[in-house]
Amino acid sequence: MAFQTLLFYLFGTVLLAAAAAAVTLRNMVHAALSLILSFFTAAMLWMLLEAEFLSILLVLVYIGAVLVLFLFVVMMVERHTPTIHRRRNYRIVASAVAAVMVAELGMALLAPDFSPTAQPLPAPLEYSNTKALGSVLYTDYALAFEAAAVALLVAIVGAIALTLRVRPDHHRQNPARQSRVRKQDRLRLTDGRSEPPC
Amino acid sequence: MPDWMTDLSVWLRVGEILLGAMVILLPLLAVVAYYTYAERKIVGFIQMRLGPSRVGPRGLFQPIADVLKLLTKEVVLPAQASRGLFLLAPLAALVPALGAWAVVPFDDGLWLANIDAGLLYVLALTSLGAYGIIIAGWASNSKYALLGAMRQAAQVVSYEIAMGFALVGVLMLSGSLNLAAIVQAQSGGILDWFFLPLLPLLLVYLVSGVAETNRLPFDVVEGESELVAGFHVEYSGSAFAVFFLAEYSAMILISALTATLFFGGWLSPLEGTQIAQAVPVLDSGIHWWLLKTAFFMFCFLWFRGTFPRYRYDQIMRLGWKVFIPVTLIWIFVLGAARYAGFTG
Repeated sequence: MAFQTLLFYLFGTVLLAAAAAAVTLRNMVHAALSLILSFFTAAMLWMLLEAEFLSILLVLVYIGAVLVLFLFVVMMVERHTPTIHRRRNYRIVASAVAAVMVAELGMALLAPDFSPTAQPLPAPLEYSNTKALGSVLYTDYALAFEAAAVALLVAIVGAIALTLRVRPDHHRQNPARQSRVRKQDRLRLTDGRSEPPC
Repeated sequence: MPDWMTDLSVWLRVGEILLGAMVILLPLLAVVAYYTYAERKIVGFIQMRLGPSRVGPRGLFQPIADVLKLLTKEVVLPAQASRGLFLLAPLAALVPALGAWAVVPFDDGLWLANIDAGLLYVLALTSLGAYGIIIAGWASNSKYALLGAMRQAAQVVSYEIAMGFALVGVLMLSGSLNLAAIVQAQSGGILDWFFLPLLPLLLVYLVSGVAETNRLPFDVVEGESELVAGFHVEYSGSAFAVFFLAEYSAMILISALTATLFFGGWLSPLEGTQIAQAVPVLDSGIHWWLLKTAFFMFCFLWFRGTFPRYRYDQIMRLGWKVFIPVTLIWIFVLGAARYAGFTG
């Protein structure tokens, strides 16, 4: 067995186990940590496919930022009371979504691109998939790329608009004013005799 | 038995990599030990104290005494702590901080791995370091530790964005993600180093680096006046020592990266002049890299001795409302300059 094949099976096993743990563990923090492990092993699998740029990006963006915030929220949940309620109506919806996903994956796997004989050609030595990806992304797919960026921007503005509450009683610091304060504004030296309160 | 298992050259390569890792990590551990000594001495002098002076001549054996003390102390597991995660957290903090050293170029041709996406690799690993602290805070079952971990998560995610954008500037000038290629793109003497055209980004990068490693003045994660010791409040003995090690090697890493990305790495400031050709010490070499890295390591201690701790809302404001706009504007300026025909 080639070393790559061995690694593939190793990562594949870890990935499946971690993904299974992420949906079955009752403790939400443990589930989130399993999700991180499964993302990380997925990144390692991409690395095996010589897509090191995408692989590191997966680690950087998803594990390094998105899942940190995910954990941030999940950790706020009280520790010894896992609050995952088993509701029947959720189960029906979940099964429907899962069925659709399985069907889609099956169609993708049956496509000729995924057949064992469709091995990619070995890349030439000076080939950089980072450059290749960049040139495709900013030329052939520039419009789709821009559209995705605009969609994200709309999502950001929407999220802020939904959560922004303007509270009239809210005390706000003004850093510019704070840093302009001088000694004379705050401190008054007297000669030590008691004064009538002003 | 598979082919690669009986192939001697494979095992030689594995041995070579392990040896290389040792050659980097053992000196790094020694530097961390004496970095703590330097910190206590320098901060002592800044505050007109002597710093450690009892163990050995001028207190030089103090770090060794500290290491022995930490290793012989008991690791206390708090009641109700999440055992496995509690012990995993120090390692989760240490591994990324050490792993990033694999791609750092020390001199021309002197590196463990010369990978194409080196800059991204370093950025990805430094962002993973946050997990050690977050897991530690949660697993300790202590409100102080949890609050520290929450602050850490928010702070690291905020400053990582500014840090990433600052590195985009380096990327635009060098046209490569490979760290060695980035250094080579700065060759030609001190005026060709990236710190001049990227001055605002350099400042953003350095300050974000201080914030990412939770050093003063950005150490609200362990702010002792409100959180006792923050995320590592429940850790003792060698588990605490591992956190310490992770923090200090991350500081050295940020210093090394600042030297590499903005100050020409191993290149000499006099490169190409006749003086440099006449005096070999003044020519490019690993000593320049060491000198530059040591300077930024000193800056970390200097900041600590100089600035009072930021308030939490000030940290968030600086990250989101000052640094990110500054980097975005400078990236636009760089792009415009590139478009107008300026290069280098």
